[in-house]
Amino acid sequence: MQALLKSPWIFHMSTGSCNNCDIEFLDCLTPRFDVERFGMLLAGSIKHADILLVTGAATRQCIPKIKRVYEQMPKPCFVVAIGECSLSRGLYIQSYNCPMPVDKIIPVDVYIPGCPPKPEAIIAGIMKLIDKAEEQMKQNG
Amino acid sequence: MSYLIVFLVFGSFLTAVAGMLASWVDRKVTARVQYRVGPPLLQPFIDLVKLSGKELLIPQTAARTTFLLAPVMGLSSVILVSTLLWMNDLNFGQTFLGDLIAVIYLLMIPSISIMMGGFASGNPLASLGASREMKLVLSYELPFVLAVMVAVIKSGYAIRISDILMFQARHGAIIGSLSGFLAFLVVIFCVQAKLGLVPFDMPEAETEIVSGPLIEYSGPALGIYKLMKNMLLFVLPFFVMVLFLGGWPFNGVSGFWGLLKYIGLVALITVIRNTNARLRIDQAMRFFWGTLTGLAVIAILLAFMGK
Repeated sequence: MQALLKSPWIFHMSTGSCNNCDIEFLDCLTPRFDVERFGMLLAGSIKHADILLVTGAATRQCIPKIKRVYEQMPKPCFVVAIGECSLSRGLYIQSYNCPMPVDKIIPVDVYIPGCPPKPEAIIAGIMKLIDKAEEQMKQNG
Repeated sequence: MSYLIVFLVFGSFLTAVAGMLASWVDRKVTARVQYRVGPPLLQPFIDLVKLSGKELLIPQTAARTTFLLAPVMGLSSVILVSTLLWMNDLNFGQTFLGDLIAVIYLLMIPSISIMMGGFASGNPLASLGASREMKLVLSYELPFVLAVMVAVIKSGYAIRISDILMFQARHGAIIGSLSGFLAFLVVIFCVQAKLGLVPFDMPEAETEIVSGPLIEYSGPALGIYKLMKNMLLFVLPFFVMVLFLGGWPFNGVSGFWGLLKYIGLVALITVIRNTNARLRIDQAMRFFWGTLTGLAVIAILLAFMGK
C-alpha cells in the first residue's frame, strides 16, 4: 500500500467530456510538469492502473461502462474526478442525458474542480489524495 | 554445487537488482533526453513491490493455467541464461560444451512466453500483439544467430562461451576486427527487438494496441513480466559483452572497465530508443531480413577470410 502511493499508475477515462479536461490532464505528462517525478505513469490498460481519472458528465451511454471499468481495476485503487462536469455535471445539470454525477455511480476519492482545471491543480489534487491515503494508513496502524 | 550458488546469488538476485537499476538508468536517460526530471532511483523496485500487492484478475475467456504459467516460464528462462553467463564469466571452463546454443534457445523463451500469455488471455488486442511478436521473433532470429556465428568462427569454432571468452582474453575483443564490428552492429539491433524497445516495440505498442499481450495481466503476474523485462535489460547487453567485448572480468580496474562497457551499451540502447519512431511490422521484417541479414552474411564471409 505504501508502495502504491509511490508508484500510482494512471488510467484516464472520458465519460462524455468536451476533451478540454483530457488535454489539460495530458499536459501533466509533458516535460513542463513531468508527473514521472512522483512515479506516475500513464497505463494503457485498466488492468495495470491504480488511479482512475474520470472526466466528463457521465452520459447515459457511459454509466454502465464506468461501472465495468471500475470493476475491472485491480484493488486497492483510487478514483479521481476531474473537472466541473464529473463533479456536478456543470453546464449539463439540466440535461436529460446526464442523470447523475460520477460519484453517484462509483466511489470517488478526490474531486478536482475547474473548467478545465489547470495541470498544477490536477497534480496538487493527486498529491492530496496521496496525503489523505497516508493519513488513513497511519490511523489504521 | 557451484551452479547452485551462482544460480541463487548471481543468476537470480544480482541480475534482478542490476536489471532494475538498468531500467532506472533507461527511464532516467529517457527523461533527461526529453528535458524532464525523471523517476527516483528506487522507482523500479517500488513498482515491483506495488504490483505484487495488487489484485490478480483472470479474465473469464482466458486459459487459466497457461495464462498464469507463461510469465513464470519467461522469468525462469531469463534466470537460467544469466546463470550460464555468470558461470562462464566468473570461472572459465566450468560449463558444458555447447552452452552457447543453449543460451540462444533460452533467450528466445521470454518472447515465446509473452506470445503464450497473449494468446491465452483471450483478448483480441492481446492476440494481435502476440501475432506481431511472433513475426518479430521470426524476423530477428535469423540475423541474430548469423551474427553470433561470427563470434563462433572468429574464436576458432568454439561453441562454449568460456572458450570464446578465453580467445578474447588472449587475442583482444572480437569487436576489434571488421567482421566483429559488423556483427556487433547487427546484434545491437536484434537486442533492441528482443527487449521490445522503441523502433521495434510494435508487439506492445501502448498507443495503438494498449500494451498488446500484457493487456489482461494485472498484479503479481504483470510484476513477473516487468521483472523479466528488467532482467533481460541486464542479460542481453551482458551477452553482447561476453560475445563481442571480452566479457566482464572481475579483477580490479578491468571490473570497472566492464561496468563502463555495460553502461555504455545500455546508454546506446536508450539513445536508439529515444531517437526513433515505431516501425510497422512489415518494415521491421524487411529491415531484419534484408539489410541486417545481408550485413550479417558479409560479416560471416569476412570472418571466414580471417578479417
